[in-house]
Amino acid sequence: MSRRGRWAWLGLALLSLLGCQRHDDAERELTVFAAASLREVFEDLAAAFEAEHPGVHVVVHSAGTQQLRRQIELGAPADVLAGASERHLDALHAAGRIEAPRTFASNALVVVLAPGSKPAMATFSQLPTLARLAIGGPDVPVGRYTRAMLDAAAGAGLPDDFGTRVLARVVAEEADVRRVLTRVRLGEVDAGVVYRTDVAAARDALPTLAVPDALQPAIRYPIARVTGGSSPALAQAFIETVLGEPGRSRLHRAGFALPPEGAR
Amino acid sequence: MSSRAAAGGWSGRLLAALGLALLGWLLLPLAALVLSTSPSELLEGLRSPLVWPALRLSLWTASVALLCIVVLGTPLAWILAQRGGAGPWRLAETLVQLPVVVPPSVAGIALLLAFGRQGLLGAALASVGVSVSLSTPAVVIAEVFVAAPFYVLGAAAAFRALDPDVVLLARSLGAGSASLLLRVAIPLAAPGLAAGAALAWARALGEFGATLMFAGNISGRTQTLPLAIYSALDRDLGAARALAVVLCAFALGLLLAVRWLQRSGVVAGVVRSSR
Repeated sequence: MSRRGRWAWLGLALLSLLGCQRHDDAERELTVFAAASLREVFEDLAAAFEAEHPGVHVVVHSAGTQQLRRQIELGAPADVLAGASERHLDALHAAGRIEAPRTFASNALVVVLAPGSKPAMATFSQLPTLARLAIGGPDVPVGRYTRAMLDAAAGAGLPDDFGTRVLARVVAEEADVRRVLTRVRLGEVDAGVVYRTDVAAARDALPTLAVPDALQPAIRYPIARVTGGSSPALAQAFIETVLGEPGRSRLHRAGFALPPEGAR
Repeated sequence: MSSRAAAGGWSGRLLAALGLALLGWLLLPLAALVLSTSPSELLEGLRSPLVWPALRLSLWTASVALLCIVVLGTPLAWILAQRGGAGPWRLAETLVQLPVVVPPSVAGIALLLAFGRQGLLGAALASVGVSVSLSTPAVVIAEVFVAAPFYVLGAAAAFRALDPDVVLLARSLGAGSASLLLRVAIPLAAPGLAAGAALAWARALGEFGATLMFAGNISGRTQTLPLAIYSALDRDLGAARALAVVLCAFALGLLLAVRWLQRSGVVAGVVRSSR
């Protein structure tokens, strides 16, 4: 091959590399950022949405809501954000990063126990007697809700130092609720505080302990379009799917509580 | 030859451009880190409550890890230098390098499976009431795992560079294995050992993935500087940047120290050439 021929090949190779970056108009992509606890439901919804909208590919990226918020603040290309915390989404809305959020589900906390753990701990009030606990970090929605739950304990008939004693047992603060569950599943900790739906989504039936109603914080899931997304009409259609019957039936089956229909 | 390459027209310029492109690729992110943080932002970030517990823990655990590495790694390096050429020790020398090439997530899972509460060794420890994972000792264990190869390989190379005649002479004068190592080999190989130790310390300070999986992320107990950067990213970008600049400065300082030690290692090599 001549020298000139070789350069031509190199040029072609470079051009084809650049070509990979070009968006194909026929195949449209919708990027949905979803809280870790929503992973399975949203993957299921994404598949249903793709079936309804031929040629559309939905990418679900799930992580702790605080991470999704940071990624959007740093300019990550997302079309829809569904979070586990009104606080984080309200902050994004106030900063003009997302449109007005609408609530589509709510959840509840539960204490999940390590597999095969002896049922020595029968009630929630004995939580501080366990040696090692995992919870979410202070900015992670589930971690914040857990701390609110502990703060409420003193006013609900539990000892004043209940929260302090529980926090003293915490050996892992995780970046999303699923990692808390993993610590428990691996037996690295005796118990963790997660959402009711996470235990339901796991294939292994881990023993759980109910959190008293008086201690349950308000856990609401808001959803919103991300400002400046590449396909706003598709994003809106996806949000309607979540708020409508396809979303409601799947969320209900996964154990989420639903807001009254029409109340947005 | 070099002048011809330099003046070699377009091909020489192409090579230089390719090389410089990579250099830019490597330096741009670090430059961006430093340039995006003004001195006042740096000071502001360093006041974050995440910073000092993490800095203290990092320095403490990396130093304990280095102590373990030097105490256990020096004899291993000596044996490898003496007998690493063949047989089982040759295999050992290859195995020592494994933690360098194993991905951090693999190290994290491996450590959990070994020392976790359900792990190979951890289960036995847990039965007597000792839980290693998710604790400060777990940080040290992870750091030793990832950093030890840097010291052992550096020390073995330094021992190999010693003049064999000096070693023979010391033996003939009646030095036992221990005193040969302590009185002759270590002093002569000191610059090389120190360079290996500095690299290992740097690697221990920078350890992230295995620590996150195996030790957890609790401020003051298991949250080292790299983990604090990871946590601060969700909360306080300024603190994350400030911590990153601090770690970067540490790394640069250690690198310069290693370069300096390696250059003075040439002086130790004089023993060999001036016999």
